[in-house]
Amino acid sequence: MQPRTTADKVFDGICIFVLVLMSVIIIFPIWNVVVNSFSSAAAVASGKGIFWPSEFSIENYRAVFRDTSIWMAFLISVLKTVIGVVCHVFFCAMVAYGMSKTYLKGRKLYTTMGVITMFFSGGMIPTYLLIKDLHLLNTFWVYIIPALFSYYDMVVLMNFFRQVPDSLEEAALLDGAGTWRVFLRIVLPISKPSLATIALFHGVSQWNDFMTAKLYVTDKSLYPLQMKLYEIIVQQQTSQMANPTGATIATTSKGIQLATIVVTTLPIVIIYPLLQKYFMSGMMLGAVKE
Amino acid sequence: MQKESVGIRLKNWGSEFRRQIPLQSMVLPAIVFMIIFNYIPIYGLSIAFKNYTVTSTIKTAKWVAMKNFEIILTDKYFWASVKNTLGISLLKLAFGFTIPIILAVMIYSVKDGPFKRITQTISYLPHFLSWIVLGGMIISWMSTTGMFNQILISLGIIKEGTNILLDADKYWWIASLSDVWKEAGWGTILYLAAMAGIDPTYYEAANIDGATRLRQTWSITLPLIRNIIGLNFILTISGLLGSNLDQTLVLMNTQNQPTAEVINSYVYRIGLAQGDFSYATAAGLGVSIVSVILLVIANSLTTKLNDESVL
Repeated sequence: MQPRTTADKVFDGICIFVLVLMSVIIIFPIWNVVVNSFSSAAAVASGKGIFWPSEFSIENYRAVFRDTSIWMAFLISVLKTVIGVVCHVFFCAMVAYGMSKTYLKGRKLYTTMGVITMFFSGGMIPTYLLIKDLHLLNTFWVYIIPALFSYYDMVVLMNFFRQVPDSLEEAALLDGAGTWRVFLRIVLPISKPSLATIALFHGVSQWNDFMTAKLYVTDKSLYPLQMKLYEIIVQQQTSQMANPTGATIATTSKGIQLATIVVTTLPIVIIYPLLQKYFMSGMMLGAVKE
Repeated sequence: MQKESVGIRLKNWGSEFRRQIPLQSMVLPAIVFMIIFNYIPIYGLSIAFKNYTVTSTIKTAKWVAMKNFEIILTDKYFWASVKNTLGISLLKLAFGFTIPIILAVMIYSVKDGPFKRITQTISYLPHFLSWIVLGGMIISWMSTTGMFNQILISLGIIKEGTNILLDADKYWWIASLSDVWKEAGWGTILYLAAMAGIDPTYYEAANIDGATRLRQTWSITLPLIRNIIGLNFILTISGLLGSNLDQTLVLMNTQNQPTAEVINSYVYRIGLAQGDFSYATAAGLGVSIVSVILLVIANSLTTKLNDESVL
């Protein structure tokens, strides 16, 4: 596909121009937040430093790391992500292995039940009442248990397991290994790439999840980082509106807010290259439904 | 005769089920999970037709038939939230539906290489930011001394910065365009996957015929991905009444509330903040039913256009 005519060259030129423009529109605002988080409160207040910190300072980050409640929130976020991912992936894989066998009795009924959950849900209030009745409000487990299973992730994993050659499992079964042993010792180890795909995506959604805490948790010691950040944002907004002239107080907390944003996003940026390796295959498999 | 054969079949089924117990023990926990976390809340929707109070349970609450729905009809705050939801969704439809298609076509026509790879990497990044993070960023960009005002001042468009988020007239644009900013790049993935499946000989033939690249895009690429476009269109239409609660909670303030309150945030406020569970459930249920109707209409519409059902 070499450009041959002027029309083609113009077309290519426009494409490259638009894509460069898109990259700038995405990167520049994010960069601006990073720059402001490294600027002194006074510089942010006067609106200096759009491209580069005008008065470089790490005071905002010092303030963030001095705040023990942010450390606690970070810990909660890490715990809920790690425990959530391990439980979710294991649970979904276990079910997916069972469902990957077409001779499974009751499979049609199970499939119907699962597909229905993809289209219908009770919505916010009935789910809240359920969580309340289960006594999960204000517990750490409210982050883990309701997120244990997703029919969609199960289908993705099931499609992966279908590609495992039957001969591998049959050989193990002949050696006297049971279903569980085959699953744990043979199927899981050779499915690492697919498990990693689900783990990464669920990890991102656990890390980014704020609604669970907002709906079900009022105990501040259980706030994850996203909820803590939300609290900081709301506080700053209200103080700014109540007292629009008190620029110094507002900007100090604004700097802290920006530094918290950067700290909250850093883990995502760090695993982003890994994510990218897997999400293409994840999307493709998701598109190929049963 | 027939009774017996049913009995025998059941017995066979039972004995085979017993032989599969290890396998069943893997699947049944998910069935229990779905009954608890998916089906019980669906049953819980019945409180939309009841008067649920803190002292009652879902079962013992009194039936009130359609009373909650009748109240909705005259609730002007609810209808204001419907208007905002539709306004924001239609803006999202106008930009969020078209821009990914254009971007995907452009990425597809760029030669493979570092430029393409880096562009794609950048375009997916915002999708992985949480709405709280992005909301915090937006507040910073839109503030009086923030990036947006600085750019407008240096371009000479305005003289003095204002806090744009406090301006109710601009909220729909902020909500819809920030969503497009976040998701447009990610939205290209499905189209690019579909384009990767196009047979390259089509383009070779078109090259021999002397068709320009623009012409090839219009006559080969787009028609061959129209199924995916149709599918996305249906999903967008059925989501017209869907609203982003995360986004609204972080961006809404007392000044922009008249244009920022969407159905979800209204349900949240009435139900969880004010404790009117039955009424909030009724509002949520009414909206879901309309969404299903929209889905069916959109599907039959695209079926007519495409000669085949996308769903």
